[in-house]
Parts: sequence; C-alpha cells; structure tokens
Amino acid sequence: MIFKDKYKVNIGLEIHAQLNSKSKCFSSASTEFGKGHNNHVTLICAGFPGTLPVLNAEAVRLAIKTASALNCNIQKTSIFSRKQYFYPDMPKGYQITQFEYPIALNGYVDFYLEEEKVRVELERAHMEEDAGKSTHYGEYSLINLNRAGTPLLEIVSKPIMTSPQMAAGFAKTVRQVLRYAEVCDGNLEQGSMRCDCNVSIRLKDEEKLGTKVELKNINSFRFIEKAIEYEVQRQIQCLENGEEIFQETRLYDSVKNKTISMRKKEAANDYRYFPEPDLMPLQLEEEFINRIVSELSEGPIVRVERFVQDFQLSLEEALLLTSERELSDFFEQTILKINEPKMVSNWLTGEVTRLYNESSLEDWSKIPFSADTFSNLLNMINNNEISGKIGKEVLEEMWKTSKTPQEIVQEKGLSLLSDENKLQSIIESILNSHQDKVEEYRNGKVKLYGFFVGQVMKETQGQASPPIVNKILKEKLK
Amino acid sequence: MLIEKSAIEIAKEIKERKLSALEVCETFYNHCKEENQKTNALIRLDERALEKAKLIDEGKVTSGELLGVPIVVKDNFCIKGRETSACSKILEGFVSPYTAHCIERLEKQGAIVIAQSNMDEFAMGSSNETSAYGPCKNPIDLTRVPGGSSGGSAAAVAQKMAPISVGSDTGGSIRQPASFCGVTGIKPTYGAVSRYGMIAFASSLDQAGPLARNVNDAALALKIMIGKDVRDSTNIDFDFKSHKETKNKKYKVGIIKEFFESDLQPEIKNGLDNMLKMFKDKGWEVVEVEIPHTRFAIPVYYLIAASEASSNLSRYDGIRYGLRDINIDDGRSVNELKEFYKLTRSRGLGNEVKRRILLGTFALSAGYYDEFYIKACRVRRLIFDDFQKAFQKCDHIVGPVTTHTAFKINEKNDDPIKMYNNDILTVPASLSGLPCMSLPMGKDDLGLPFGAQIISPQFEDSKMIEFASQVEQLFVEGGQI
Repeated sequence: MIFKDKYKVNIGLEIHAQLNSKSKCFSSASTEFGKGHNNHVTLICAGFPGTLPVLNAEAVRLAIKTASALNCNIQKTSIFSRKQYFYPDMPKGYQITQFEYPIALNGYVDFYLEEEKVRVELERAHMEEDAGKSTHYGEYSLINLNRAGTPLLEIVSKPIMTSPQMAAGFAKTVRQVLRYAEVCDGNLEQGSMRCDCNVSIRLKDEEKLGTKVELKNINSFRFIEKAIEYEVQRQIQCLENGEEIFQETRLYDSVKNKTISMRKKEAANDYRYFPEPDLMPLQLEEEFINRIVSELSEGPIVRVERFVQDFQLSLEEALLLTSERELSDFFEQTILKINEPKMVSNWLTGEVTRLYNESSLEDWSKIPFSADTFSNLLNMINNNEISGKIGKEVLEEMWKTSKTPQEIVQEKGLSLLSDENKLQSIIESILNSHQDKVEEYRNGKVKLYGFFVGQVMKETQGQASPPIVNKILKEKLK
Repeated sequence: MLIEKSAIEIAKEIKERKLSALEVCETFYNHCKEENQKTNALIRLDERALEKAKLIDEGKVTSGELLGVPIVVKDNFCIKGRETSACSKILEGFVSPYTAHCIERLEKQGAIVIAQSNMDEFAMGSSNETSAYGPCKNPIDLTRVPGGSSGGSAAAVAQKMAPISVGSDTGGSIRQPASFCGVTGIKPTYGAVSRYGMIAFASSLDQAGPLARNVNDAALALKIMIGKDVRDSTNIDFDFKSHKETKNKKYKVGIIKEFFESDLQPEIKNGLDNMLKMFKDKGWEVVEVEIPHTRFAIPVYYLIAASEASSNLSRYDGIRYGLRDINIDDGRSVNELKEFYKLTRSRGLGNEVKRRILLGTFALSAGYYDEFYIKACRVRRLIFDDFQKAFQKCDHIVGPVTTHTAFKINEKNDDPIKMYNNDILTVPASLSGLPCMSLPMGKDDLGLPFGAQIISPQFEDSKMIEFASQVEQLFVEGGQI
C-alpha cells in the first residue's frame, strides 16, 4: 500500500450472530429458515395492535453460552431498549435490543495469525431481535417477516485491529467459536452471521482515533479482507488529497471490489433509545449462569494447543484439524481406534479434506463414514494389507459408496499380494527374463534394485506387499 | 325496570331462569341504539351479542359470574372478528384477529360484549373530543364533555346502556370520566390486569379497569379481569382476595395537603368536607399527608407518556393493516417510502396524537433524553416514594378526582396545557402504579356530578374496594348521592 508507513489503521468489528433457538426472541414463532414467505409469523412478529413481547428463555441461555465462549463477563442485570427507526420490514417501528446495559461486557478472542498468537478484546455482546427481509422489484417491494424477531447476539470488538488480515482472522475465529459452542452455524453467505467493519486511519503519531467509516454488506471472510483493504486505501487517498473523511456507512461491492457510500451520518437516524417498557429488566441468577457456563465445551484455541501438546502435531496441523469442530472430533474419535496421531492427521488434512472440499457437504459431521470405519482403513495400511496408494483409492470409494474398506478391497481385489510362494515364482520369472541386468547388479550396479521392484509392481498391478518383495528380491539377487 | 338492575342481579336472575338472557340482551341493545343518538357514547354495536344470549337461554352456556350480563368495551381493546380502532382513523378497517386477555376473561364468566365505546384517539385526551368518530357528549348535560379518554365507557354506564363497561386509565382516563358522568371507575394496581390485547398508549402507565353504577358491580368485574397472563411480562401474579380487611376497621384516612390546596370548585370542596365529617363521625381518623413532588406530576407524566406513545404508535405505518393512503390530492400516487409514511400518518393520525408523538420524539432525541426523559423517570420515582411515605401514616388516601365538574365541549380545545392540567389530581397515582378509583360523591349547583378519589397502597386493590363500599354506604345514608 502507498503511504502505508505514514498511517495507523484501526479496525473494529460488529458481528451479528443468529442464535439457533427453536422459536423467536419474543414470540413463539418458529425460526426455521426458508419455509415459504411469511409462514413463521405470529401477531407479535407482525407488530399487531395490543401485542406484547415475551422474552424467550432459550435465547437467553444461548446468548449466555455464546458470550461466555467469548470470555465475556455475563451481567446479572441487563435491560432491553427500543431502537427506533421506520422500515417496512421492522413491524413495530422499533427494534428491541440492549443498549446501556448489555447482557455481556468485555471478553476476548485468541487466535493464531500466521502462526503467531494474537488476542482481540471485545467491548460487549448484547441481545437483540432481527428484522424481516425486504425484496425490491422496481415498482414494488415484498416483505418476508419469517426472520423478524429471530434472536441475535451482537458481538462488538474494540477498535484495536490493525490489519485486514487480523480482522478476517478475528471474524473466522468468532465463527469457529460460535460453531464450537453450537449456538450458530456462522454462515456469512446465508446471513446467519453478519459482519460490519468499522475502519479508521490516523497519522502514525496521532493519539486520537480517526473518523470511523462503517462497512456493510460483506458476505465472506475474503471480502472482509478486501473491503477493508480497499477502504484503508480510499481513506489514505482522501487524506493525501487533503479531503475530509466523513463518518458514514459504506456498502462493499464485491464485483467491483470497492465501497460505496450508503448514507452520511449527518442524515442518519437518531435512534432515540429508551428502556423497553413492555419487558422487565433481565435478572439472572448466578447459579443459572454457572450451569450454562459449565455445559460449555472446549473452545478452538484450547483444542489447538492441546493437539500440539498431546499429539506432538505441528501448529499448522493442529490448526487445520481444529478449523472445524466436527473435523477435530473426528480426529479424536479416530485416534482412539488407531493411536497414530501423525498418520491420522496427514490423512484427514490431506486426502479426506480434499474429498470434503470437492463435495457439497454442509459440515464435517455429514461425512459418509464413521471414525471407526476410517480407522479400519488406516489399520489395513499399517498392517500392509493394502498400500498407501491403494488406500487412497479405497478412501474415494468409501466416500462414494459408504462401504467399509474391507468390502471395497475384497470386491475390487485390491488386497496386497503377500503370498510368498506366488511372489517367489513371479520374481523368479522376472529375474530370468532380465539375466543381463541381474548380472550388472551383481557386478555392483546396485541402483538397478529399484528397477526390479518396479517390474514386480508392474506385474502385480501394485498389489505386491513391499516388505515381502524386498525380502525375496534381496535373497534371489545375492 | 330491567336496565336499572345491577350486573349481579341480572346474572343471578338469568342463572335462576327468572330472566331470559335474550330478553336482557335485546333490551339493552335497543336501549343502546336509542340512547346513543343523544351522546355518541358507542361507536359500534355488536349484533353477535344476541346470538350469544340465545346460547344461554338454550342452556348451552350455563355458568359464569356475569352470565348474560351485557358489557360495553372501550374501542382500544381488541375483539376478535370486530373492527378495533382506538377511535383513530389510522386503524380504519382493522379487524382484530384476537381478543384482549381481560375481555376474554369477562366473556368466560358469561359477559356479553354488546358494543364498543367512544374514546379519545389512542386514549390521548381528557374530554373524548379527539375521537375520529366525533365527540361523545355528557349524558347529564349534552353541551358538556363526558371526560376522557374513556368518555364513551363512562357515558354508556351513566345512560344504563350496560351495567358494566371496560375502560383504560393511563393518567386518569377511567377516574375522570367516571367523576364527570357520576359513575364508579377503578384503575387497579399497575400490572394487575394483563395489557395483552389493549392497544398501547403509554406502556408503563396503561391499565384496564371497569366502570359501573355501584362499587359491587365494578368490584366483581375487576376481580374477573385480574389474572395471570404470561403474554404480558409486566403482569403481576397476585391474589386479589388475599388482602382481607378486619371487620369494623377504624380507618386512618389520609388527605393530600396539596390536593386540598388546589383551586377546587366550591361544591367539590364542600363535598369533601362533608365526607371527612362523616368519616370522623364514624370514628375514623383523618390525617394530612404530603406528596410534595405532585407539583411536577403533570410535566413528568406528559414527558413519559408522550415518549412511550411516540414509540408505541410507530407501528401504524400503513404497511400491514389499517389506513393505507397512497393518493396525493393532485391526482398522483406516492412512489417513495418516506412519502408513503408521511401521507398515511399525516392523514391517519389526529392533531392531539401528532402533538404527543412530536413531544415524545423530542423528549427522547439525542441531547434531550437525559434532560427530559431520564429526569422525568427520576421524579416519577420521587412521587412513588412520597406515596410510600404517606401510606405509613394512613390506610387509604381520599381526595377530589378533578378540580371542577365537566366542562363545555370545545372549552379547552385551543389550549393543550389547560387540558393537560385537568389531569393534575389523577396523574400522581398513575405514575406510582397505585390502585385508585373514582366514587360518585355529589353534584354541583348545575346538577353535574363529581367523584371522590380513593388511592390505596400497591396491590391492596381489594382493600380499596372494601373501603370504597363503606364510603359508598355513607354517601347513600347521608343522602349525598
């Protein structure tokens, strides 16, 4: 970047995570995704006269779970407020959210950025309801209120990130934490997780933060990086040209890779927050909080470090394995059956990941074989029943057909040829038809050994068991 | 005569089959039709009432404490299958798909809704003049207002259109019209009656309550309306009957110094003096209490109520129900969202409602929030504390409901502050969430009625009613009413 050394960058993220409760935050309507327009709408979701919100305890539980997975301090008292603005997909004319007294404060997220551990601190996390969805068709717009009232947790970082890569790493980690805690699937594309980036720049020796610009409409981790990169450049360009940076909201256009001004802050809404009089302050008992926190399982960073420690894996391997909770679970289940962490890791991060990426599976829990079956495959390789190369073939077949490796090996006749008598005669006939080379070998051209192995493998279509071939060959070539 | 009977009598006689429910219903229905031409107390009759009455006569519905009793319901309570508009043009054509919790409870006890009553638009007003359906007139003097916002409900009971009506009280909207029309009206403890299905004006103040011609009927209706409802998070689960008073209790009655020092109409002052004398004759103690922060009650009330209202009324945007106006006067139609909102809300909402939305929006806006809304909430707390202190010295507080009897239609329309000050005596109890009521106490020289206000400690609704019964008895014996 030009002039990069002259400026400091400050990035803060606001991440909205949909909490996967069965019903909405303040009504009994289902939160199920994509089941026909306006099918999951009660009178409360549609803001009918005389209706009142009732807080969903499950949403509170999930919010506490998420916030404690992000190392936040859960507040015993929090207060819902109304955030007011008019929009057709906001039926009440206000959004119920938390303002001055959120359910969680502080917190932090640790993650590895290029093999270096970094910590991003959080300011807060608060509960709120989602809006509905508007779709615009030239002359008219349609409103779908299925999403209206879905519980969200808004996670707000401090504006302390210094690079687009760090911001993307933070967002990825938050997604990972959400998925590990099983509170949200963290799908940026489908919008179950949404990420707004606040970006400002200032001169290197300036204390005060620069004017903040909010970037919206970013639906992939790669775009988080690209959008911020573009925005930083744009702001630098502004200052270098002697122009002013406006506090505003800008939309990221991923096709053109640029940010476009959506609204200037001057013209923006005054949300007129005030405490929601239809709901009492949310009071949580310590015991209730503790129970939820105690149910929380290990987070991704802890797992990475445990994998490195316990299984002597490299950091890179551990990071790959723990990228998805289900993958790391699969890893752990497999090594219970075959105690070869390195081998299991290689296979999982190599061949299995390749197959997974080529597939259209939703997540790792959906892979077509169990850890048990997978460990059988690895055991067969370890026991020289099949070679590693054949193992890859069997794996692909397992992926396609969900058959056991034993079945596949048998059906396809892929098992290694380890019958010594049979190999004796094959090797004898090969040596007989290459008398000259045998002579050369015996005269010291030991490099030819590989040639003989190759011939055996060719003859047996790769099924000959290497240790037995070696044993016989060495003997015959004496 | 049938229409003179109390709700309790009617229910009893229907149950004993001395009266036909249909006959009762028809009588009241026809009476409503006829009487309404004088006052405009009702805006919609519910013809389904007759069918429901038939079911009782056919023995298909046999039980209920209000079996076959016709009731009139203020137009801000949702009633399934009926247009419910809070007397606002913006809800024109809105047919509610559900019934308010407290109305449902009354219906379960056999009550039959025969009509919806006139009110100030969204309950914003003290005279019933802001209704989109035109003003309701005071049945005692048709040139005067019945009070508001539950003007229609009070007038309907005074006109014997039904023995019981349901109203709502935010800052005096049951008590003041009850006083102006000479009927009994109760505003229970905030949270006693579920607000589910009651169209919100100011959420932290709104409470539903009954109006009737005597304390017993009103008390019965209230007892039925109170009940736990999980759909209202501010609804309190409390046992209405748990507060029983000892027999022949020698009451300690509090009078609020500030109320008696206000500019009271002489007849009202006399009425109060008489009442206190009767108390003393009965051996009750009268003590003076102070609620010093009442002097801030009106601004505090109007800031809080307007702030909440500005938010509560945001949902009336023309998108999902009610008025949806897209035709501009010059023949064009709107093609832009903001313009659409502007047109619908400009045409759908009346001036008083707009005034309060503007006031509330201002009070909540950045830079003014602390100065207005937060400060008002703090003073509200001080008023509550004043009452707590006062109740250490007395069992109940009595005083006037209003400083004057019913005023003339249009008399205060051009001066909102004058109109707002009319609530000076009712607002303090509302801000404190206390149970309170208006009980007919006497008439002025023009024959216009006025009431006595009773204010009681939080949750002591049933004690208040017992006390009111005794006061009512004293008034009857004393020939005051």
